Amino acid sequence: MVAAAVILEMRGITKEFPGVRALDNVSLTVRAGEIHSICGENGAGKSTLMKVLSGVYPYGTYGGEIVYQGEVSRFKDIRSSELAGIVIIHQELALIPELSITENIFLGNEPGRRGVINWVQAKQRAIELLARVGLEDDPDTQVKNLGVGKQQLVEIAKALNKSVKLLILDEPTAALNEAESQHLLDLIRGLKGRGISSIMISHKLNEIEQVSDSITIIRDGKAIETLDVVADGVNEDRIIRGMVGRVLENRFPARTPDIGEVIFEIRNWVVEHPLTKHRLVVKNSSFIVRRGEVVGFAGLMGAGRTELAMSIFGRSYGTFISGQVFKNGKEIQLRNVSEAIDHGIAYVSEDRKALGLNLLDDVKRSVVSAKLSKISTADVVSEVKERKFAEEYRTSLRIKTPTVDMGVNKLSGGNQQKVVLAKWMFTDPDILILDEPTRGIDVGAKTEIYGIIRDFAAQGKAVIMISSELPELLGVSDRIYTIFEGAITNNLTAEEATPEALMRSMTSAKKAASATTIGTRP
Amino acid sequence: MTTTTATPKKSGGLRDLSKMFGTGSSGRQVGILGALVVIIVFFQVATDGLTLDPTNLINLVNANAYVLILAIGMVMVIIAGHIDLSVGSVAAFVGIVVATSMTSWHLPWGLAILLGLGIGVLIGAWHGFWVAYIGVPAFIVTLAGMLIFRGANQWFGNSISVTVPVDYTFIGAGFLNDFGPNTNYSNGTLILGLLVALAVIYQEFRARRTQTIMGSEKAPLWVSLVKVIVLDAVVIYATLLFAGGRVGTSFPVSGIILGLLVLAYAFITRNTTFGRHIYAVGGNWHAAELSGVKIKRINFLVMLNMSVIASIAGMIGVARAGASGPADGVGWELDAIAAVFIGGAAVAGGIGTIIGSIVGGLVIAVLNNGLQLLGIGIDRVQIIKGLVLLLAVGVDVYSKKSGRPSLIGLMTRNRQSASGAQSVTVPDRPAVTPTSSAEESSRPQSTTPN
Repeated sequence: MVAAAVILEMRGITKEFPGVRALDNVSLTVRAGEIHSICGENGAGKSTLMKVLSGVYPYGTYGGEIVYQGEVSRFKDIRSSELAGIVIIHQELALIPELSITENIFLGNEPGRRGVINWVQAKQRAIELLARVGLEDDPDTQVKNLGVGKQQLVEIAKALNKSVKLLILDEPTAALNEAESQHLLDLIRGLKGRGISSIMISHKLNEIEQVSDSITIIRDGKAIETLDVVADGVNEDRIIRGMVGRVLENRFPARTPDIGEVIFEIRNWVVEHPLTKHRLVVKNSSFIVRRGEVVGFAGLMGAGRTELAMSIFGRSYGTFISGQVFKNGKEIQLRNVSEAIDHGIAYVSEDRKALGLNLLDDVKRSVVSAKLSKISTADVVSEVKERKFAEEYRTSLRIKTPTVDMGVNKLSGGNQQKVVLAKWMFTDPDILILDEPTRGIDVGAKTEIYGIIRDFAAQGKAVIMISSELPELLGVSDRIYTIFEGAITNNLTAEEATPEALMRSMTSAKKAASATTIGTRP
Repeated sequence: MTTTTATPKKSGGLRDLSKMFGTGSSGRQVGILGALVVIIVFFQVATDGLTLDPTNLINLVNANAYVLILAIGMVMVIIAGHIDLSVGSVAAFVGIVVATSMTSWHLPWGLAILLGLGIGVLIGAWHGFWVAYIGVPAFIVTLAGMLIFRGANQWFGNSISVTVPVDYTFIGAGFLNDFGPNTNYSNGTLILGLLVALAVIYQEFRARRTQTIMGSEKAPLWVSLVKVIVLDAVVIYATLLFAGGRVGTSFPVSGIILGLLVLAYAFITRNTTFGRHIYAVGGNWHAAELSGVKIKRINFLVMLNMSVIASIAGMIGVARAGASGPADGVGWELDAIAAVFIGGAAVAGGIGTIIGSIVGGLVIAVLNNGLQLLGIGIDRVQIIKGLVLLLAVGVDVYSKKSGRPSLIGLMTRNRQSASGAQSVTVPDRPAVTPTSSAEESSRPQSTTPN
């Protein structure tokens, strides 16, 4: 066997965003004709690295160099990387639902002369390409009528049409079922036989183990190690160790939890996908939260954590099928967001810009926006009280802003997040649901937010925290539930929880046997 | 008169003057107000003083009151992220029904007005139903409404004009009755002016008192004094102009109605939960929904309110013309929309103010009036109006793209540094980082709910 040539070498890639070093001197070597997987926790820097490679972040915005097919490449946009044969298929598919398969495959790359498309040629070619990816549908089918799995195949056909040499797949099987995933993985292996190299980002460790030739593990923006699957005898445990094996820094404020009786309970919660009928995103989930307790929810992207939280918070996500909510032992109805707020439930969204804030508002208006009634008499908002509360939270949460009249769009991410927290604290909640409360903010602000969580729980209230960062979950939570594919798979106390144990329950349902609700029901 | 949220900072000489009308979002309003003053001065000079002649001013108010009234409702619709193309047709339909009710059915004018408002409510509920509960874009719903109610106007009125009783014209072309001693001025207007002047003083006093209660730093007293003196000088000058017209005239009744509506709606949009919710829905409806705002209800009420306001505008328009006809209100929607956008509202929703829209409407009105006084034909007037709209919004969009809050914001910033005053000292390190595209992308992971 001839030593495989190197198709891609990324050397010392460094990428910084204001306040965050997303990639720190990362090197990656991909051999021609191999499947190279990249593993790491959410936010480790995998997607950023691929964006650097594909030209989303153009040459000059990062440090280090990319050597592709023996030449130093300086891609200025996606188009230039595609011309070189590097095609990225995002988790969010870039197909236009209203167009047919053929039209999508050739979008931006239409065969023909002087702007007149030769549809006969296009269709013939489309049929060839579809045969190669194993899709038997009529090329005139509108893409919106295809399932996600088949859409994924259309994306690959589109890439093949661009004479791809290096295919990048970002979470290709995240939305696929078992059979579809298997078909896709077989296809990627088939492409390898034709000399097409692939880089695959995936959270599904069994799949990685199954198809990869080598694996690079990224953690906190650094490439930790590159493993050769055969030579190093890689298995799932080995990968997990690489992914989580970080020394826990002492950035979690010390707290002595004072845990009381059960304040909040969800029983047999079932939620259907908003668009696809009969596709359950939350499956028969039950959990409890006690006074003074911080309960973590661990799960990978797409596991259904956010869906669970939002569906509880006034049915803000999906179609409610069944389930009960109890607060202080009494069943309550949360049919819409205002009912949820009235019952003392607050939900801090993971996406503060799209769902958490009106970026056109200033700080003071944002703070009071979820419970105007608290500062209103006969529906007239008191600006005096508004300012008073805003100033109070500005001080207590240490929101760094010159005045509360400052537009929230001008604040840094960490301070925006504090404004969102203030907004929900202002509603006087008993149960605070935090969804990725520290995403995209710097370490200093993170520690402050942990402090806020601690102080809140110390008042005898309850916190539910969803996070993709295991160290954070382990550092803050008193108890952690794990979710995998919409179902709660485990329930670990702080003492039982280790990164390895969590990761295992987050990546498979195997441990589901032990996922019984602990604690006493009222 | 903008109620200020003057953000007290360290005082720095002349720089404090910039706090006169508040900071931030109202900067755009100050800019457009400045443009209005420039336009008025220009035409005053160009027309040899005809522009600020009492008769012309009274005319100006009477001829534009209904468009300005429409702008009040329109800005709320636009803040919520919608548009209403039907207002001209709705106004015309209400106008013909109200005129017929008085002329043919001999309804007293008070009842006729109630009838008109009732029709406005029904039409608004119709639009609101489609927009809020069915989810048809307001553009389509009101385009349909534009056709439907234009047709209804012409069908109902057989495409002929219906005159209205003289006493009804009071609301569109009437004046305050004169009373009291002969002062060579309209006494009603003088009292009105006095009330406004006192209100300005009271408003400023209240704002300062609020700041004291809050314990926040206030703008220096002299800034407040200058502000009150300038505003009251304008009020008194305008009062004397309006009061000094022909005998029997005064500040027009339609102008008073407009003023009352402006006060009421400026308060509603600014100080009530309903008003806050309109901004929330237009600014980010996802976030609004997750904050417990009942989005459908807000959209319904905003559309309903617009048609009620259109009915008021229609009734005033009929009163001014003395008759209701088949071509009433044609193009009113566009004038109102133009006023709102010149007044600083954002096409995408979430931004806009009542006061700004009124000033925007006045810019168009003065421009219209001045160009006509100069003898420029209606053809070229339209071209100029179109260019002004494009320029006003273009400047705003351009300055936002360049990362500046607005052209006016840029000017004030330059002046600040020129005056040598050091800007506020922010505790610790700068907490405020400019929102750049890099900041947007600083989150490595995708933003979709997982």
